[in-house]
Parts: sequence; C-alpha cells; structure tokens
Amino acid sequence: MPWTAGYSAMKKITAPINRIIPFSNVDGPSNRTAIFFQGCQFNCRFCHNPETIHMCVHCGECVEICPVKALSIQDGRVVWNKELCVNCDTCIRTCTRSASPKVTEMTVDELLPQIERVRPYIQGITLSGGECTIYKDFIIELFPRVKEMGLTTLLDSNGSLDFEKNPEILEYCDGVMLDVKAADKDFHEWLVRHSNETVLRNLEYLLRAGKLYEVRTIIFPGRDKDNTDTVSYVSRIIQDRCIYKIIRYRQFGVREEQQRILGDDTTDEAYAKTFVELARSLGAAKAYLV
Amino acid sequence: MSDALNIVKDTTLTYPQTLLALAKLGENTDHTIRFSDEYYTAKEEGALCDLNEGNLPYRPRYICPDYDLLFAKGCDFLGIEPPKDLLEAINALEIFYNHVPSITCYPVYLGDLDHLLEPFVLKEDRAFAKKVLKLFLLHIDKVLTDSFVHADIGPQDSVTGRILLELTEEMQLAIPNITLKYDPELTSDDFALACVRCMLKTAKPSFANHRMFAKEWGEDYAIASCYNGLKKAGGGFTLPRMRLYECSLHAKDPEDFLNVWLPHYIDLQLEYMDKRVRFCVEESNFFKSNFLVTEGFVKQESFTGMFGLVGLAECVNHLLNIKDNKKGFGMNKEATALGLRIMDAIDKRVAAHTAPYCDAFDHRYRLHAQVGIDTDGMDDSPGTRIPIFAEPTMLEQLEVNEQFHPYFPTGTGDIFKFEETYEKTPEAILPIIKGSLSRGLRYFSGYLENCDVVRVTGYLVKKSEIEKLRQKKQSLNNVTIFGKGAQDGAHALDRRIQRHEEDHSTHQ
Ligand code: SF4
Ligand code: SF4
Repeated sequence: MPWTAGYSAMKKITAPINRIIPFSNVDGPSNRTAIFFQGCQFNCRFCHNPETIHMCVHCGECVEICPVKALSIQDGRVVWNKELCVNCDTCIRTCTRSASPKVTEMTVDELLPQIERVRPYIQGITLSGGECTIYKDFIIELFPRVKEMGLTTLLDSNGSLDFEKNPEILEYCDGVMLDVKAADKDFHEWLVRHSNETVLRNLEYLLRAGKLYEVRTIIFPGRDKDNTDTVSYVSRIIQDRCIYKIIRYRQFGVREEQQRILGDDTTDEAYAKTFVELARSLGAAKAYLV
Repeated sequence: MSDALNIVKDTTLTYPQTLLALAKLGENTDHTIRFSDEYYTAKEEGALCDLNEGNLPYRPRYICPDYDLLFAKGCDFLGIEPPKDLLEAINALEIFYNHVPSITCYPVYLGDLDHLLEPFVLKEDRAFAKKVLKLFLLHIDKVLTDSFVHADIGPQDSVTGRILLELTEEMQLAIPNITLKYDPELTSDDFALACVRCMLKTAKPSFANHRMFAKEWGEDYAIASCYNGLKKAGGGFTLPRMRLYECSLHAKDPEDFLNVWLPHYIDLQLEYMDKRVRFCVEESNFFKSNFLVTEGFVKQESFTGMFGLVGLAECVNHLLNIKDNKKGFGMNKEATALGLRIMDAIDKRVAAHTAPYCDAFDHRYRLHAQVGIDTDGMDDSPGTRIPIFAEPTMLEQLEVNEQFHPYFPTGTGDIFKFEETYEKTPEAILPIIKGSLSRGLRYFSGYLENCDVVRVTGYLVKKSEIEKLRQKKQSLNNVTIFGKGAQDGAHALDRRIQRHEEDHSTHQ
C-alpha cells in the first residue's frame, strides 16, 4: 500500500475513534465516510450523543453489566471486544461520566485502509465527533494522505480550535462545517458551558479563508430571543457565501435532566421555518431547514 | 373441481388472466418433449424448476425485436409504414407490441425508447410530445398489464429520456419496468441524477452496467423482463433454474456437492434446455412462419438459453452447516469463498457444453441469477443474493455482489431500500452506483422505503395493488399476485434499509 511507505519511522500519533460510518448522506455533500472522534471540550446541554464527550476513566462500572461479556478489564483498562458486542448500548447508559468503552485508539496507518476500502463509493470523508480538532496533529497527518486518494476532506467542528492560529490543519482541508450554537455570550456559556469567543472569530476567519462549507444553528422551542439573536448574527456575516443549516432541536438521546430544562419535544417545524425566512431576509440565501 | 373449473371460478383473476391460465392448462396436456427419469426425479425433489414454462415451447421465452428495423422499413404483416412523425411512431409501436409474444404473452422488451423516439420528439413542441408520451405510457400500463414489460433508456441524455422520467414520477405506474443503460462516460451526471431521483420515488429506472453488457453482448443488447441481458433482434429461448439449496441436500459435504451432485444437476438442466431449444427451433411454428422471424425483426441465431439458478446463499450455508443466515453467506469469508467456488464450477461446466443453435454465442448458454418466484418461501434467495433479514451493511452487501455479478451476462441484480432522508440527497446515491459498477456490479435497483411502487425481487408492483388482492379484489397487473406471494412467503419487501444512523452526530 503506497501511503504507508516511508511512514514507519515516524512517531505514531493516535486518536480515539468512536465510530466510522462508511456511507453517510448527512455529513456534507454527496456520499461520505463519517469518522467520529471521542472527546469534546464543550458540554452542550442538548448533546444527543453525550457518550462521546469525555474519555473513559476505566472505572469498570460498565464491564459487569454487558450482557454478552464484550467488555473486560486488562491491565487496569477496559477492553472492548468488537466481535462479541451486539451494540445494545447498555454500557453507554450505565456510564455516568459521558464516556463510552467502545472506542478504538487508532493510528493514521490503521485508519487509512478503512478509508481505502470505501474510496470507490464516496466523494470524501468528514471528521466529526466529539470534537475532531482536539486531535489536530492526527488530522494534519491524515488529510494529505486522504487527498492523495482523490477524496475531499471536511471537518465538522464546534469551532473551539482557533483556525487562524492553526493554518496547517486547513491546508489539506476542503471546508469546515461549523456549529454556531449561540451568538450571545451568556446564552452560549449557559448552553454549552464554554465561551463562544473563538467560535465567532472562526466564523469570520473561515469565511475569509474560503474554508467555510456550512454553518449550523439549532432552533430551541420557546427561546425566541436566543434563536433570533443567533440566526441574525450568523446571517449578517455569512450572507450567501455558504450554506446555513437551520436545525430543529430534537429531544432524542438528550440526557433526561437536560430534557427537563430544554424541552422534551422537538421544535415545531413551522416555528423553525420562520428562522429560515429570517436568515434569508437578512441575506443568507443558502439557508434551509434540515 | 377440475383445474379448469378452479380457474374460471377464481374471482381474483381478470379475463386475460383467466384466459392465460386456461391456455397453459391446455398446453400442458401434451407430453411430446420427454426428459430422462433423472430429470423428472430432480424436478420432483425441487432441485430443478422449469418456472412453469409449459410443456410446448411454441415461442421463445423472451423476444427482443429490432425496433429500429420497424421504424426503418415498417412491417408488411401488420401493414405498418415507416413512421414520419411522433404520432405515427407511437401508433406503430403500440400495434407492434401486441404481436410480440413471450412466456407471459406480453412483450418483455419495448425498445430503447429514448433512442427510438428522440428524432420524432424533437420535431414537436415539448408539451405536445409530453402529452403523447403520457398517453403512450398509460396505454402500456393498461394494455400490457404485466410488470415484466420493460423499456430501456440511455446511456445518453435526451429530451425523450427526460420526459419519460417526468412522466414516470407523475404517473406512478408499475408498468413498464425501466432500465437506464449507465456509463459514467456517456451518461451525464445530471441525467444520472434525474434517474436516481425518479428511482427513489418510483423504484425505476434501475442502473445497468452499460460497459459490462456492451463488452459481453456488443452495443446491440437489450435489458428485458426483470433485468435480463439479451441480444437485440434475438432473445432467450428458455430459462429453467437450479434451486441450489435443494440441490445440496443429498451432498455429504462441500466436496461431495462440487464433485458429484452439482455436475449431476447441471447436466440435467442442460438436457432440459437442449430439448426445449431444439423443439422451439425445429418443431414449433415460431421460427418457421412468425412474421417477426420472416421479416427479420428477430434472428434465430441471436437467441440463447438462459441457465438460471437461485438459492446460492442457502446452499452454501447448508453445506457449511451454518444455521444462522446472519453468520453465513455474505457475512462470512469462508461461506462467500465456497459460493465463488460453486459459481466457478457452474460457469465452467455450462461453458463447456455445446448448445444447439445459439450461433451468435459460440453455441453457449449464458448464466442467469433468477429472481425467485412467489412460491419460493425462505428456502431459496434470489440468485446469489444475501438472504433478506441477514443483509449486512450496504458496503458489505455491495462488496459481495461485485464478486458474483460478473458471472451472469443474462442478468442479475440487487435491490437497495433507502431511508427517507435520501429523497433530499440523491447525489449521495450516484457515487455508490458509480463505485459499485466500476467494481463489477452489473445491475443496481433502489427505492425509498415509503413508496407505493416498489421492487419485489426484480419486477415492480404497487403496494396498494397487493392490498387489493388481500381483500380479494382483482388487480389488472398480472404480476401483483407474485408480489403478494413473495411478500407473504419470503418477506421480499422487508429488506434492509440504508439509513444514516440517527444518533450519530453530536451536533444534532
Ligand atoms: S465507559 Fe464509563 S462506565 Fe465504562 S469504564 Fe469507562 S468511564 Fe467507566
Ligand atoms: S453495547 Fe456495550 S453493553 Fe452492549 S454488547 Fe456492546 S459492549 Fe456490551
């Protein structure tokens, strides 16, 4: 395999991969392989895959509960046997730390054959998470080699990495799909438990750099002001220069205590549509409801 | 009650359906063609199946007339002049179709409609042409009431092709089946995408690997009936099938099967084919006096026999003693490898057999992965497909298919059911089709999970029509009854759905 040539001497960078979806039609244009990394610095209240937020601390609580004994402890670490696992997700429901035992540490050389296998059927790959940019060294090593395969490369990011200060990650990246969860500083900090300063800087920088593929904002039920603020803010900046996906809040997978705060129902479609209209009226011509 | 009486009293049969059933009954009173005792035993055991072709082949099973010839010189027998405009062209086709026989009595190949009609369509105002084509499609659906009626389009984009796609979507009819002859170099992405959109909503067109077919058959090939590759101005004499699961039941182990039982049954099926082909050419009136032959619309040397098979997956799983399909053929390297060994063995033995006639094919029959019939139940999956309920991910399913499709010049295919979000992202499907065709897939069909027109095992039915039969009402389409059988017995509509995993993005 040509892409492995000459790399054996290099130090092996690894990243924790939560899952790989060979064919995805919802992670960017065309058919793509979506690769999900484990771990995220944000802790969004609405996260519907909370098990991807933190790294496993190997407490072992989920091990006993696995119905098919796919989990075991070896040398103080939880080991997941993929072949035995029936994907019942009991372990994930058991974990109180928003982590998952079903994560594989991989090197770029281990990941590439999996992409090569799917290559004939896809237009490109999308790295997602968790937050993929936590593993920027891994990405910097991965992307040029994916480009060599004739594939496109997208990052699905929460915008926590300052892209302006990390130009190498963008060099072989075709575009970023950026979440702008809230424009208002306080609302963002409440919602995500993290500042949005870098996110908003990235919004403008990526646009300038021609690397903003799309922006996404979630519309929450009953939060007129916050929804309006965010959608207006983003629309004024991006105009018709990138896609703007307006997404309805969905309660599925959201932790119960958060559902009590954010709502246990999906945002009404007609209500969400008013924000698409708002975005368009402010010049975001490529806004649409997902 | 006599069989005839049963037929005429069956209130779910329309008049033509009653007539055809009675004709078959009459045909089967004759026993001129005799086979060896071993053949009858094999048939009795269910190892070989003649697909109820009838005892007297009074016409080839599938006929693909040369419609270019019809348009160039007209037809003496039917008194048709070469058409000068669109109305005359449509009229000529409609008359002609009624005189093209087949195993089902309906024409299984309507021609490469875009290619045939484009010169006439271009001379008309688009709206008028569309109206004419709409009435044409309506005529086909209501008169040629059988889903094995099949039209081809492509590989090039055309106004006619576009109109046919628009109408297919607007009219939501099960008939005719449609295939796009697809070649990424000859077919524009834009036209291919229009075909994907139409396919998602109406289960047609399917995508045929044009390069692969053209290489095997020459450019003048037709896709007819379900997905059958045949030569234009020719066709298929006969299509019996080995039911490989039943064929494997006497075998002690894989080697015993490969060395003893497989050759045994292959030879018996060849005997059946040889005798039918000979009778059809030498005894029946078709090749002697039918106007299609005498006027050159078909040539006897361009017909071949189709050597069919079903149930490879179940055969392999039985031989390897695998009880759970989910751990068997298609999911397990050893099982898939045995499947390939079996296919190689069948391919070699059939290719070593000198077939009577079949001059354009070097006197050889061609393999066909039969789609199954309504009474098959769960014992035999169509052709070399992975059993319903055991399908792996779409990627794995394609990888398995790509290894098996090259064996079947006279047709094979697989069907993928897509989840609703694909309606908005047809451009996510085209690369899958392109990739798999480049890697050996022969034929790709798909539909959206919530469609009314759906693909059963190769042919199309409307779910609403199956419902009619359940309520003991008549369905105009001869094939709806097969669709009901395939769903009730083999769960053919419950195939795996390609869906994005709903919970996979943390970003909602
Ligand atoms: S996944 Fe959670 S419960 Fe299981 S060992 Fe890791 S931290 Fe503990
Ligand atoms: S999902 Fe977790 S609990 Fe369920 S089988 Fe797999 S490892 Fe075990």
